[in-house]
Amino acid sequence: MVGPGKAFDTNKYFVICANVLGGCKGTTGPSSIDPKSGKPYGPDFPLITIKDMVNCQLKLLDFLGIETVLAATGGSMGGMLALQMAVSAPGRVRNVIGVATSAHVSAQNIAFNEVGRRAIISDPHWYGGAYYDKTPPSDGLSIARMIGHITYLSDKTMREKFGRKVQSGKGFVAKFGEHQFEVESYLKYKGTTFTERFDANSYLYITKAIDLFNLEDEGGGSLAKALARATSRFLIIHFSSDWLFPEYQALELVDALKDNLANVSYRVIESNYGHDAFLLEEEALTRTIVSFLEGAK
Amino acid sequence: MGYRTKIKPDYNLIEGLVSTGAKVLDLGCGDGTLLSLLIERKQVKGVGVDIYEDGLNDCLKKGLSVLQLDLNKGLSRFKDGSFDYVILNMTLQATYNPLQLIKEMVRVGRKAIVGFPNFGHWKLVLSLLLKERMPKNKTLPYEWYNTPNIRLMTIKDFRVLCRESGIKIIGETFLGEDGEKIGGRLISWRAAEGIFELSSR
Repeated sequence: MVGPGKAFDTNKYFVICANVLGGCKGTTGPSSIDPKSGKPYGPDFPLITIKDMVNCQLKLLDFLGIETVLAATGGSMGGMLALQMAVSAPGRVRNVIGVATSAHVSAQNIAFNEVGRRAIISDPHWYGGAYYDKTPPSDGLSIARMIGHITYLSDKTMREKFGRKVQSGKGFVAKFGEHQFEVESYLKYKGTTFTERFDANSYLYITKAIDLFNLEDEGGGSLAKALARATSRFLIIHFSSDWLFPEYQALELVDALKDNLANVSYRVIESNYGHDAFLLEEEALTRTIVSFLEGAK
Repeated sequence: MGYRTKIKPDYNLIEGLVSTGAKVLDLGCGDGTLLSLLIERKQVKGVGVDIYEDGLNDCLKKGLSVLQLDLNKGLSRFKDGSFDYVILNMTLQATYNPLQLIKEMVRVGRKAIVGFPNFGHWKLVLSLLLKERMPKNKTLPYEWYNTPNIRLMTIKDFRVLCRESGIKIIGETFLGEDGEKIGGRLISWRAAEGIFELSSR
Protein backbone atom coordinates (compact mmCIF):
# COMPACT_ATOMS: atom_id res chain seq x y z
CA MET A 1 0.00 0.00 0.00
CA VAL A 2 2.95 2.35 0.59
CA GLY A 3 5.59 3.05 -2.05
CA PRO A 4 6.19 4.59 -5.47
CA GLY A 5 3.00 4.35 -7.56
CA LYS A 6 1.06 2.71 -4.74
CA ALA A 7 -2.03 3.92 -2.84
CA PHE A 8 0.15 6.05 -0.60
CA ASP A 9 2.43 7.10 -3.41
CA THR A 10 5.81 8.05 -2.00
CA ASN A 11 6.52 9.97 -5.21
CA LYS A 12 3.70 12.30 -4.17
CA TYR A 13 3.41 12.04 -0.42
CA PHE A 14 5.74 12.05 2.55
CA VAL A 15 4.70 9.06 4.63
CA ILE A 16 5.24 8.82 8.38
CA CYS A 17 4.68 5.43 9.97
CA ALA A 18 5.37 5.20 13.70
CA ASN A 19 5.24 2.21 16.00
CA VAL A 20 2.72 2.67 18.79
CA LEU A 21 3.29 3.40 22.44
CA GLY A 22 3.19 0.11 24.33
CA GLY A 23 4.60 -1.84 21.40
CA CYS A 24 7.88 -3.67 21.19
CA LYS A 25 9.29 -2.49 17.89
CA GLY A 26 10.54 1.00 18.63
CA THR A 27 8.33 3.25 20.73
CA THR A 28 8.50 2.71 24.48
CA GLY A 29 6.63 -0.33 25.78
CA PRO A 30 6.70 -2.74 28.73
CA SER A 31 9.85 -4.42 27.37
CA SER A 32 11.72 -1.08 27.24
CA ILE A 33 14.30 -0.28 29.90
CA ASP A 34 12.95 1.81 32.77
CA PRO A 35 15.65 4.48 33.29
CA LYS A 36 14.92 4.51 37.04
CA SER A 37 15.65 0.83 37.63
CA GLY A 38 17.79 0.03 34.63
CA LYS A 39 15.51 -2.96 34.00
CA PRO A 40 12.55 -3.52 31.66
CA TYR A 41 9.32 -1.90 32.92
CA GLY A 42 7.37 -5.15 32.82
CA PRO A 43 4.30 -4.88 35.07
CA ASP A 44 5.33 -1.36 36.20
CA PHE A 45 4.46 -0.03 32.75
CA PRO A 46 1.25 2.01 33.17
CA LEU A 47 -1.99 1.13 31.39
CA ILE A 48 -2.11 3.05 28.16
CA THR A 49 -4.95 4.18 25.91
CA ILE A 50 -5.45 4.83 22.21
CA LYS A 51 -5.45 8.53 23.13
CA ASP A 52 -2.01 8.16 24.75
CA MET A 53 -0.73 6.53 21.56
CA VAL A 54 -2.08 9.46 19.54
CA ASN A 55 -0.58 12.01 21.92
CA CYS A 56 2.72 10.27 21.35
CA GLN A 57 2.26 10.50 17.57
CA LEU A 58 1.40 14.19 17.89
CA LYS A 59 4.64 14.70 19.81
CA LEU A 60 6.43 13.08 16.90
CA LEU A 61 4.77 15.52 14.49
CA ASP A 62 5.84 18.40 16.77
CA PHE A 63 9.37 17.03 16.79
CA LEU A 64 9.38 16.79 12.99
CA GLY A 65 8.02 20.35 12.79
CA ILE A 66 4.86 19.25 10.94
CA GLU A 67 1.78 21.29 11.82
CA THR A 68 -0.78 19.62 9.52
CA VAL A 69 -0.88 16.27 7.76
CA LEU A 70 -2.74 15.63 4.51
CA ALA A 71 -4.21 12.42 5.86
CA ALA A 72 -4.17 10.06 8.81
CA THR A 73 -5.04 6.46 8.10
CA GLY A 74 -4.99 3.00 9.55
CA GLY A 75 -6.75 -0.34 9.62
CA SER A 76 -8.37 -1.86 12.70
CA MET A 77 -6.66 -0.29 15.74
CA GLY A 78 -4.81 1.96 13.30
CA GLY A 79 -8.18 3.33 12.23
CA MET A 80 -8.99 4.09 15.87
CA LEU A 81 -5.75 6.08 16.08
CA ALA A 82 -6.66 8.06 12.95
CA LEU A 83 -10.15 8.83 14.31
CA GLN A 84 -8.76 9.79 17.71
CA MET A 85 -6.20 12.07 16.08
CA ALA A 86 -8.96 13.89 14.19
CA VAL A 87 -10.72 14.50 17.53
CA SER A 88 -7.63 15.15 19.67
CA ALA A 89 -5.99 17.53 17.24
CA PRO A 90 -8.63 19.16 15.04
CA GLY A 91 -7.02 21.15 12.29
CA ARG A 92 -3.88 19.04 12.20
CA VAL A 93 -5.46 16.26 10.10
CA ARG A 94 -7.13 17.29 6.86
CA ASN A 95 -8.36 13.84 5.79
CA VAL A 96 -9.03 10.66 7.74
CA ILE A 97 -9.26 7.21 6.19
CA GLY A 98 -10.62 4.71 8.72
CA VAL A 99 -10.30 1.15 7.41
CA ALA A 100 -12.04 -1.85 9.03
CA THR A 101 -12.40 0.11 12.24
CA SER A 102 -14.93 1.45 14.73
CA ALA A 103 -15.56 4.01 17.46
CA HIS A 104 -15.35 1.17 19.98
CA VAL A 105 -15.04 -2.60 19.83
CA SER A 106 -17.97 -4.94 20.45
CA ALA A 107 -18.51 -7.17 23.49
CA GLN A 108 -17.65 -10.09 21.23
CA ASN A 109 -14.35 -8.47 20.31
CA ILE A 110 -13.53 -7.73 23.98
CA ALA A 111 -14.38 -11.36 24.79
CA PHE A 112 -11.88 -12.71 22.27
CA ASN A 113 -9.21 -10.29 23.51
CA GLU A 114 -9.82 -11.37 27.10
CA VAL A 115 -9.41 -15.05 26.25
CA GLY A 116 -6.11 -14.16 24.61
CA ARG A 117 -4.97 -12.21 27.66
CA ARG A 118 -6.04 -15.06 29.97
CA ALA A 119 -3.90 -17.45 27.95
CA ILE A 120 -0.87 -15.22 28.56
CA ILE A 121 -1.35 -14.52 32.26
CA SER A 122 -2.14 -18.20 32.90
CA ASP A 123 1.18 -19.21 31.41
CA PRO A 124 3.49 -20.11 34.35
CA HIS A 125 6.26 -18.26 32.54
CA TRP A 126 4.42 -14.94 32.74
CA TYR A 127 5.53 -14.26 36.37
CA GLY A 128 3.13 -11.36 36.79
CA GLY A 129 4.73 -9.70 33.78
CA ALA A 130 8.28 -9.74 35.16
CA TYR A 131 9.71 -12.40 32.88
CA TYR A 132 12.34 -10.46 30.94
CA ASP A 133 15.30 -12.22 32.58
CA LYS A 134 13.61 -15.61 32.25
CA THR A 135 11.95 -17.82 29.63
CA PRO A 136 9.07 -15.75 28.21
CA PRO A 137 5.41 -16.94 28.29
CA SER A 138 5.53 -18.07 24.67
CA ASP A 139 2.84 -20.74 24.98
CA GLY A 140 0.33 -18.22 26.30
CA LEU A 141 1.23 -15.62 23.68
CA SER A 142 1.04 -18.26 20.97
CA ILE A 143 -2.48 -19.27 22.05
CA ALA A 144 -3.52 -15.61 22.21
CA ARG A 145 -2.32 -15.15 18.64
CA MET A 146 -4.14 -18.32 17.52
CA ILE A 147 -7.41 -16.96 18.88
CA GLY A 148 -6.72 -13.57 17.33
CA HIS A 149 -5.98 -15.19 14.00
CA ILE A 150 -9.30 -17.02 13.97
CA THR A 151 -11.08 -13.69 14.40
CA TYR A 152 -9.20 -12.21 11.44
CA LEU A 153 -10.42 -14.92 9.04
CA SER A 154 -13.87 -15.76 7.74
CA ASP A 155 -15.60 -19.11 7.67
CA LYS A 156 -15.39 -18.98 3.89
CA THR A 157 -11.62 -18.42 3.74
CA MET A 158 -11.02 -21.15 6.29
CA ARG A 159 -13.24 -23.53 4.34
CA GLU A 160 -11.47 -22.76 1.09
CA LYS A 161 -7.97 -22.74 2.55
CA PHE A 162 -8.23 -25.77 4.84
CA GLY A 163 -11.63 -27.38 4.75
CA ARG A 164 -11.26 -30.62 6.67
CA LYS A 165 -7.94 -31.44 5.06
CA VAL A 166 -5.66 -33.57 7.19
CA GLN A 167 -1.90 -33.36 7.12
CA SER A 168 -0.29 -35.86 4.78
CA GLY A 169 0.71 -39.09 6.48
CA LYS A 170 -1.65 -38.49 9.38
CA GLY A 171 -4.95 -40.32 9.55
CA PHE A 172 -7.64 -39.75 12.10
CA VAL A 173 -5.71 -41.54 14.83
CA ALA A 174 -3.60 -38.67 16.07
CA LYS A 175 -3.61 -38.00 19.80
CA PHE A 176 -4.41 -34.71 21.48
CA GLY A 177 -1.72 -32.11 21.01
CA GLU A 178 -0.72 -33.46 17.63
CA HIS A 179 -1.85 -31.59 14.58
CA GLN A 180 -3.92 -33.70 12.29
CA PHE A 181 -6.02 -31.04 10.59
CA GLU A 182 -4.22 -28.53 8.44
CA VAL A 183 -6.02 -25.67 10.13
CA GLU A 184 -4.51 -26.78 13.43
CA SER A 185 -0.93 -26.77 12.23
CA TYR A 186 -1.51 -23.48 10.43
CA LEU A 187 -2.70 -21.79 13.63
CA LYS A 188 0.12 -23.33 15.63
CA TYR A 189 2.61 -22.03 13.08
CA LYS A 190 1.06 -18.54 13.16
CA GLY A 191 1.13 -18.58 16.95
CA THR A 192 4.71 -19.75 17.24
CA THR A 193 6.18 -17.37 14.68
CA PHE A 194 4.37 -14.52 16.41
CA THR A 195 6.18 -15.22 19.70
CA GLU A 196 9.49 -14.73 17.90
CA ARG A 197 8.65 -11.15 17.00
CA PHE A 198 6.23 -9.96 19.67
CA ASP A 199 6.31 -9.34 23.40
CA ALA A 200 3.56 -10.90 25.56
CA ASN A 201 3.22 -7.82 27.79
CA SER A 202 2.86 -5.59 24.72
CA TYR A 203 0.04 -7.87 23.61
CA LEU A 204 -1.67 -7.40 26.98
CA TYR A 205 -1.28 -3.61 27.07
CA ILE A 206 -2.29 -3.04 23.45
CA THR A 207 -5.36 -5.30 23.45
CA LYS A 208 -6.44 -3.61 26.69
CA ALA A 209 -6.05 -0.21 25.04
CA ILE A 210 -8.24 -1.42 22.17
CA ASP A 211 -10.92 -2.69 24.57
CA LEU A 212 -10.92 0.55 26.57
CA PHE A 213 -11.16 2.77 23.49
CA ASN A 214 -14.51 4.48 23.19
CA LEU A 215 -14.61 7.60 21.07
CA GLU A 216 -18.00 8.47 22.62
CA ASP A 217 -16.15 9.31 25.85
CA GLU A 218 -14.78 12.38 24.05
CA GLY A 219 -18.32 13.64 23.62
CA GLY A 220 -19.80 12.81 27.01
CA GLY A 221 -21.36 9.61 25.69
CA SER A 222 -22.28 11.00 22.27
CA LEU A 223 -20.28 9.91 19.27
CA ALA A 224 -21.68 12.79 17.20
CA LYS A 225 -20.55 15.28 19.86
CA ALA A 226 -17.11 13.69 20.00
CA LEU A 227 -16.71 13.86 16.24
CA ALA A 228 -18.14 17.39 16.06
CA ARG A 229 -14.72 18.62 17.21
CA ALA A 230 -13.07 17.13 14.14
CA THR A 231 -12.70 19.28 11.05
CA SER A 232 -11.33 16.57 8.75
CA ARG A 233 -12.87 15.05 5.65
CA PHE A 234 -13.59 11.38 6.36
CA LEU A 235 -13.59 8.14 4.42
CA ILE A 236 -14.84 5.05 6.25
CA ILE A 237 -14.14 1.69 4.57
CA HIS A 238 -15.80 -1.57 5.56
CA PHE A 239 -15.16 -5.07 4.17
CA SER A 240 -18.28 -7.13 3.58
CA SER A 241 -17.13 -10.27 5.44
CA ASP A 242 -15.47 -8.51 8.41
CA TRP A 243 -17.34 -9.87 11.42
CA LEU A 244 -14.78 -8.58 13.94
CA PHE A 245 -15.57 -4.98 12.96
CA PRO A 246 -19.08 -5.43 11.56
CA GLU A 247 -20.87 -3.06 9.23
CA TYR A 248 -23.16 -1.61 11.89
CA GLN A 249 -20.06 -0.25 13.64
CA ALA A 250 -18.75 1.40 10.48
CA LEU A 251 -22.21 2.88 9.93
CA GLU A 252 -22.27 4.27 13.49
CA LEU A 253 -19.29 6.38 12.52
CA VAL A 254 -20.83 7.34 9.18
CA ASP A 255 -24.14 8.30 10.81
CA ALA A 256 -22.52 10.47 13.46
CA LEU A 257 -20.39 12.27 10.88
CA LYS A 258 -23.27 12.63 8.42
CA ASP A 259 -25.56 14.06 11.11
CA ASN A 260 -22.78 16.54 11.93
CA LEU A 261 -22.78 17.59 8.25
CA ALA A 262 -19.13 16.56 8.03
CA ASN A 263 -17.75 15.62 4.62
CA VAL A 264 -17.93 11.87 5.08
CA SER A 265 -17.79 9.10 2.51
CA TYR A 266 -18.49 5.42 2.99
CA ARG A 267 -17.30 2.48 0.92
CA VAL A 268 -18.05 -1.20 1.31
CA ILE A 269 -15.49 -3.44 -0.36
CA GLU A 270 -16.77 -6.91 -1.21
CA SER A 271 -14.39 -9.51 0.15
CA ASN A 272 -14.35 -13.04 1.51
CA TYR A 273 -11.30 -12.51 3.69
CA GLY A 274 -12.95 -11.36 6.91
CA HIS A 275 -11.10 -8.75 8.99
CA ASP A 276 -7.85 -9.71 7.23
CA ALA A 277 -9.30 -8.15 4.06
CA PHE A 278 -7.81 -4.80 5.01
CA LEU A 279 -4.36 -6.32 4.49
CA LEU A 280 -5.30 -8.39 1.43
CA GLU A 281 -7.76 -6.47 -0.76
CA GLU A 282 -5.03 -4.21 -2.09
CA GLU A 283 -6.48 -3.48 -5.51
CA ALA A 284 -9.96 -2.35 -4.45
CA LEU A 285 -8.53 -0.52 -1.45
CA THR A 286 -5.96 1.23 -3.63
CA ARG A 287 -8.60 2.38 -6.16
CA THR A 288 -10.69 3.87 -3.38
CA ILE A 289 -7.85 5.52 -1.47
CA VAL A 290 -6.25 6.97 -4.62
CA SER A 291 -9.64 8.44 -5.57
CA PHE A 292 -10.19 9.88 -2.10
CA LEU A 293 -6.71 11.43 -1.94
CA GLU A 294 -7.18 12.87 -5.43
CA GLY A 295 -10.24 14.67 -4.08
CA ALA A 296 -8.29 15.98 -1.06
CA LYS A 297 -7.78 19.69 -0.85
CA MET B 1 -13.13 20.84 -11.70
CA GLY B 2 -13.83 19.11 -15.01
CA TYR B 3 -16.90 16.97 -15.46
CA ARG B 4 -16.40 13.54 -16.91
CA THR B 5 -19.92 13.31 -18.16
CA LYS B 6 -21.69 15.97 -20.14
CA ILE B 7 -24.12 18.05 -18.16
CA LYS B 8 -27.47 16.64 -19.15
CA PRO B 9 -30.44 18.95 -19.80
CA ASP B 10 -32.35 17.60 -16.82
CA TYR B 11 -29.44 18.64 -14.57
CA ASN B 12 -29.93 22.27 -15.56
CA LEU B 13 -33.60 21.90 -14.88
CA ILE B 14 -33.03 20.41 -11.43
CA GLU B 15 -30.52 23.18 -10.73
CA GLY B 16 -33.33 25.65 -11.37
CA LEU B 17 -35.48 23.95 -8.75
CA VAL B 18 -32.87 24.00 -5.97
CA SER B 19 -32.34 27.10 -3.87
CA THR B 20 -28.91 28.51 -3.10
CA GLY B 21 -27.12 27.15 -0.04
CA ALA B 22 -29.61 24.31 0.45
CA LYS B 23 -28.86 20.90 1.94
CA VAL B 24 -29.18 18.31 -0.81
CA LEU B 25 -29.26 14.52 -0.73
CA ASP B 26 -28.74 13.03 -4.20
CA LEU B 27 -29.91 9.42 -4.37
CA GLY B 28 -28.38 7.39 -7.18
CA CYS B 29 -25.76 10.11 -7.66
CA GLY B 30 -23.62 8.13 -10.13
CA ASP B 31 -20.32 9.90 -10.82
CA GLY B 32 -21.46 12.99 -8.93
CA THR B 33 -21.86 15.31 -11.94
CA LEU B 34 -25.20 16.73 -10.76
CA LEU B 35 -23.99 17.13 -7.18
CA SER B 36 -20.81 18.93 -8.29
CA LEU B 37 -22.90 21.20 -10.48
CA LEU B 38 -25.19 22.07 -7.58
CA ILE B 39 -22.25 22.70 -5.26
CA GLU B 40 -20.50 24.91 -7.79
CA ARG B 41 -23.49 26.90 -9.00
CA LYS B 42 -25.80 26.82 -6.00
CA GLN B 43 -23.29 26.45 -3.14
CA VAL B 44 -25.36 23.59 -1.76
CA LYS B 45 -24.20 21.27 1.02
CA GLY B 46 -24.48 17.93 -0.75
CA VAL B 47 -24.36 14.24 0.05
CA GLY B 48 -24.57 11.54 -2.60
CA VAL B 49 -25.73 7.95 -2.32
CA ASP B 50 -24.98 5.19 -4.78
CA ILE B 51 -24.00 1.56 -4.86
CA TYR B 52 -21.65 1.17 -7.84
CA GLU B 53 -17.92 1.36 -7.22
CA ASP B 54 -16.85 3.29 -10.33
CA GLY B 55 -19.30 6.12 -9.70
CA LEU B 56 -18.44 6.21 -6.00
CA ASN B 57 -14.73 6.51 -6.73
CA ASP B 58 -15.44 9.28 -9.28
CA CYS B 59 -17.35 11.12 -6.55
CA LEU B 60 -14.39 10.72 -4.18
CA LYS B 61 -12.09 12.19 -6.83
CA LYS B 62 -14.34 15.25 -6.96
CA GLY B 63 -14.07 15.61 -3.19
CA LEU B 64 -17.76 14.87 -2.73
CA SER B 65 -19.34 13.29 0.33
CA VAL B 66 -20.72 10.00 -0.96
CA LEU B 67 -22.17 7.00 0.84
CA GLN B 68 -22.33 3.46 -0.51
CA LEU B 69 -25.83 2.47 0.57
CA ASP B 70 -28.54 0.36 -1.02
CA LEU B 71 -31.62 2.47 -1.77
CA ASN B 72 -33.73 -0.68 -1.73
CA LYS B 73 -33.06 -0.87 1.99
CA GLY B 74 -34.70 2.50 2.50
CA LEU B 75 -33.49 5.75 4.02
CA SER B 76 -33.77 4.81 7.70
CA ARG B 77 -30.26 6.16 8.30
CA PHE B 78 -31.48 9.68 7.50
CA LYS B 79 -33.40 11.77 10.01
CA ASP B 80 -36.77 13.45 9.34
CA GLY B 81 -36.39 16.76 7.55
CA SER B 82 -32.61 16.59 7.60
CA PHE B 83 -32.30 17.84 4.00
CA ASP B 84 -33.94 20.67 2.04
CA TYR B 85 -34.05 18.57 -1.11
CA VAL B 86 -33.84 14.86 -1.73
CA ILE B 87 -33.19 14.17 -5.40
CA LEU B 88 -33.79 10.91 -7.23
CA ASN B 89 -33.09 11.37 -10.90
CA MET B 90 -33.73 8.57 -13.42
CA THR B 91 -33.38 5.91 -10.72
CA LEU B 92 -36.92 5.34 -9.39
CA GLN B 93 -37.73 2.94 -12.22
CA ALA B 94 -34.87 0.69 -11.09
CA THR B 95 -35.90 0.36 -7.43
CA TYR B 96 -37.80 -2.55 -5.85
CA ASN B 97 -40.18 -0.50 -3.77
CA PRO B 98 -40.68 2.92 -5.40
CA LEU B 99 -43.60 3.94 -3.19
CA GLN B 100 -41.69 3.29 0.02
CA LEU B 101 -38.73 5.22 -1.37
CA ILE B 102 -40.83 8.24 -2.37
CA LYS B 103 -42.45 8.28 1.08
CA GLU B 104 -38.99 8.16 2.63
CA MET B 105 -37.80 10.98 0.40
CA VAL B 106 -40.56 13.36 1.52
CA ARG B 107 -39.89 12.34 5.12
CA VAL B 108 -36.15 13.09 4.92
CA GLY B 109 -36.41 16.13 2.66
CA ARG B 110 -38.49 19.27 2.91
CA LYS B 111 -38.97 18.68 -0.79
CA ALA B 112 -38.30 15.71 -3.03
CA ILE B 113 -37.36 15.98 -6.69
CA VAL B 114 -38.06 12.86 -8.72
CA GLY B 115 -37.13 12.57 -12.39
CA PHE B 116 -38.16 9.46 -14.32
CA PRO B 117 -38.59 8.25 -17.89
CA ASN B 118 -42.17 8.28 -19.13
CA PHE B 119 -43.08 4.84 -20.44
CA GLY B 120 -46.27 6.34 -21.80
CA HIS B 121 -44.45 8.39 -24.46
CA TRP B 122 -46.32 8.00 -27.75
CA LYS B 123 -43.35 6.51 -29.59
CA LEU B 124 -42.92 3.80 -26.98
CA VAL B 125 -46.63 3.04 -26.97
CA LEU B 126 -46.78 2.98 -30.75
CA SER B 127 -43.68 0.84 -30.99
CA LEU B 128 -45.25 -1.67 -28.61
CA LEU B 129 -48.47 -1.63 -30.61
CA LEU B 130 -46.87 -2.08 -34.02
CA LYS B 131 -43.85 -4.27 -33.26
CA GLU B 132 -45.36 -6.29 -30.44
CA ARG B 133 -41.96 -6.07 -28.73
CA MET B 134 -41.01 -4.22 -25.54
CA PRO B 135 -39.95 -0.77 -26.75
CA LYS B 136 -36.39 0.55 -26.75
CA ASN B 137 -34.92 4.02 -27.26
CA LYS B 138 -31.92 6.15 -26.28
CA THR B 139 -32.81 6.33 -22.60
CA LEU B 140 -34.24 2.79 -22.50
CA PRO B 141 -31.74 0.79 -24.54
CA TYR B 142 -32.22 -2.54 -22.73
CA GLU B 143 -33.93 -5.81 -23.58
CA TRP B 144 -36.84 -6.86 -21.36
CA TYR B 145 -34.72 -9.62 -19.81
CA ASN B 146 -31.73 -7.50 -18.84
CA THR B 147 -33.19 -4.11 -18.12
CA PRO B 148 -32.46 -2.56 -14.73
CA ASN B 149 -35.74 -0.67 -15.20
CA ILE B 150 -38.06 -3.01 -13.39
CA ARG B 151 -40.82 -0.48 -12.60
CA LEU B 152 -42.36 0.85 -15.77
CA MET B 153 -44.69 3.79 -15.23
CA THR B 154 -46.31 6.65 -17.07
CA ILE B 155 -46.75 10.29 -16.07
CA LYS B 156 -50.34 9.50 -15.21
CA ASP B 157 -49.37 6.45 -13.15
CA PHE B 158 -47.07 8.64 -11.10
CA ARG B 159 -49.72 11.29 -10.47
CA VAL B 160 -52.22 8.65 -9.38
CA LEU B 161 -49.71 7.04 -7.03
CA CYS B 162 -48.94 10.39 -5.38
CA ARG B 163 -52.63 11.22 -5.02
CA GLU B 164 -53.50 7.83 -3.54
CA SER B 165 -50.52 7.91 -1.19
CA GLY B 166 -51.09 11.39 0.15
CA ILE B 167 -47.96 12.84 -1.42
CA LYS B 168 -48.33 16.42 -2.58
CA ILE B 169 -47.17 17.34 -6.07
CA ILE B 170 -45.78 20.89 -5.85
CA GLY B 171 -44.49 21.13 -9.38
CA GLU B 172 -44.23 19.21 -12.66
CA THR B 173 -41.72 19.81 -15.42
CA PHE B 174 -41.40 17.83 -18.64
CA LEU B 175 -38.63 17.16 -21.09
CA GLY B 176 -38.91 16.12 -24.70
CA GLU B 177 -36.83 13.50 -26.44
CA ASP B 178 -33.83 15.82 -26.88
CA GLY B 179 -33.99 16.98 -23.30
CA GLU B 180 -35.66 20.27 -24.17
CA LYS B 181 -38.21 21.63 -21.72
CA ILE B 182 -41.69 21.19 -23.11
CA GLY B 183 -45.22 22.18 -22.15
CA GLY B 184 -48.66 22.38 -23.70
CA ARG B 185 -51.26 19.80 -24.51
CA LEU B 186 -51.04 16.00 -24.42
CA ILE B 187 -47.94 16.30 -22.25
CA SER B 188 -48.21 12.78 -20.89
CA TRP B 189 -47.92 11.51 -24.48
CA ARG B 190 -45.13 13.88 -25.49
CA ALA B 191 -42.87 13.89 -22.44
CA ALA B 192 -39.83 11.60 -22.51
CA GLU B 193 -39.07 12.47 -18.91
CA GLY B 194 -41.01 13.96 -16.05
CA ILE B 195 -39.48 15.85 -13.15
CA PHE B 196 -41.79 16.15 -10.15
CA GLU B 197 -41.38 18.25 -7.04
CA LEU B 198 -43.03 16.55 -4.08
CA SER B 199 -43.62 17.09 -0.40
CA SER B 200 -45.48 15.37 2.39
CA ARG B 201 -48.86 16.93 3.02
